[in-house]
Amino acid sequence: MNLPQLTAHDLLDVFKSGKASPKEAYEDVLRRIKAVDPKVKAYVRPAKNQPDFKGGFQIPIALKDNLCTKQEEITCASRILKGFISPYDAGVVEKVKKSGGAVLGFANQDEFAFGSSCETSCYGPTFNPWDLQCVPGGSSGGSAAAVAADEAVWALGSDTGGSIRQPASFCGIVGLKPTYGRVSRYGLIAFASSLDQIGPLTKDVRDCALLLNIIAGYDERDSTCVNEPVPDYTKALVNDVRGLKIGVPKEAFAEGLDAQVRVSLEAAIDLLKKLGAVVTQVHLPHTPYAVATYYIVATAEASSNLARFDGVRYGLRVQPARARKNALVDMYEETRSKGFGAEAKRRIMLGTYALSSGYYDAYYLRGQKVRTLIKNDLDEAFKVCDVVLTPTSPTVAFKVGEKMSDPLSMYLSDIYTIPANLAGIPAISVPCGFSKGGLPIGMQLMGKAFDEEMLLRVSYTYEQNTEWHTRKPNL
Amino acid sequence: MSISKQDVKYVAALARIDLSDGELEGFTQTLAKIVHYVEQLQKLDLDNVKPTSHAVPMGNVLRSDETLKSLTQQQALSIAVEAKDGCFKVPLVIE
Repeated sequence: MNLPQLTAHDLLDVFKSGKASPKEAYEDVLRRIKAVDPKVKAYVRPAKNQPDFKGGFQIPIALKDNLCTKQEEITCASRILKGFISPYDAGVVEKVKKSGGAVLGFANQDEFAFGSSCETSCYGPTFNPWDLQCVPGGSSGGSAAAVAADEAVWALGSDTGGSIRQPASFCGIVGLKPTYGRVSRYGLIAFASSLDQIGPLTKDVRDCALLLNIIAGYDERDSTCVNEPVPDYTKALVNDVRGLKIGVPKEAFAEGLDAQVRVSLEAAIDLLKKLGAVVTQVHLPHTPYAVATYYIVATAEASSNLARFDGVRYGLRVQPARARKNALVDMYEETRSKGFGAEAKRRIMLGTYALSSGYYDAYYLRGQKVRTLIKNDLDEAFKVCDVVLTPTSPTVAFKVGEKMSDPLSMYLSDIYTIPANLAGIPAISVPCGFSKGGLPIGMQLMGKAFDEEMLLRVSYTYEQNTEWHTRKPNL
Repeated sequence: MSISKQDVKYVAALARIDLSDGELEGFTQTLAKIVHYVEQLQKLDLDNVKPTSHAVPMGNVLRSDETLKSLTQQQALSIAVEAKDGCFKVPLVIE
């Protein structure tokens, strides 16, 4: 039996039947990592600590390198955190361990989650399991590639502007960004605190519901975590969309969308119609401003969150060879200049600029106001539909190196995913086709705040009537 | 508005980042392009729009003032680059 290939729910059945033990599954996945990770490079580090093999969900899991895990090195794929050994578990890591989760290792990402391709990592890029010349997407590219390559049964990532959904789309798996506040951010190394959310990357929609069951819920250590009851998300896995209203924004199918992505999405819409859903056009007039808004709001928050990396307490400390200002300021500047990569420096400076005196009203305040308009557009749309359907990304996975010299073109690959973060609503990406070159295409569904169940129901129905999710890359 | 080399130098100093001449040149170019792109927001009429800082309405979160279990001083300092007498140690600031 090829255990690493199985979904988590199939693996749980295998455990129950006694045909294999959780320890065997964990060891088989470790062997799979050994065999294919030299090509994929999904992981930056194996877990030092062995799982204790206790609990109802002993599933081998990959964690993004920004989720604090006790007595493990966690670096956010940045030189500035190399050598940082977390003294505590993040809220989600606690929950995963308590459920029995067997941590395999820590997955690559863009440095501080700044990127859409996994290429800004200080460890170098991860490669797409479907085509090793292509990026896996980002920033949770390592998590997505690990799941797609059967190097993990499922994984956790974080999503600030699409960092779970876009790599899920590029790697042909399921990725969910929950509602802001649904999952505790305690112990997630912060990028943009008003946008960040942790979520599952899985092989199918049932696994997505199962992992969301494990991680969702209130945590008083995150003051933005919302104290709402958590339903059993597997109850939402109903193969029926009859009468449900699916909103399709015409803005999402404007120019810039790859022709093959368009064809796949149109076919997906047709299938949902055949299955009884009612498709209506909705209007999101301010979404063309989403990328501009995001790169003000997110970088402003990032510049303030990353101020803590200064060499004083933990991580890297570098003292310059020659004195410039005074010993402490010199140390700050040398540490940050040596510790941060180019994209981190660019975003810190952009955010500092947007917040600086004289520019605050023109940039940050304006960005927050447009955020209101984008949220209002979505609120209006949800008055007439249950979910909003768009592509997850305007293209399939691009080549490694293709967009690295032009940050703006990289930013634009998040055009469909950013609105859900700005509005705080949940959104999922599910596989909906392949390009002629064999690269996966993803469909995004956005839902009302705290209505993850509707997203799971529609994507489950779509998945049960298609077979995209069953395909595997050749490695 | 456009971003100049002088602006980038100023912002880098605020952010405590020391840029080489080559970096200054490169960042000025890419940041100018990005700032130019976000200029599109200036077109919108936002006079009567309230800013959103959090998508989900939030209030202050308080808890009762009780001592709870937390990291010990030793555990917290286990990650220190340099520690002395139970404190994080930094380079000398005042002679």
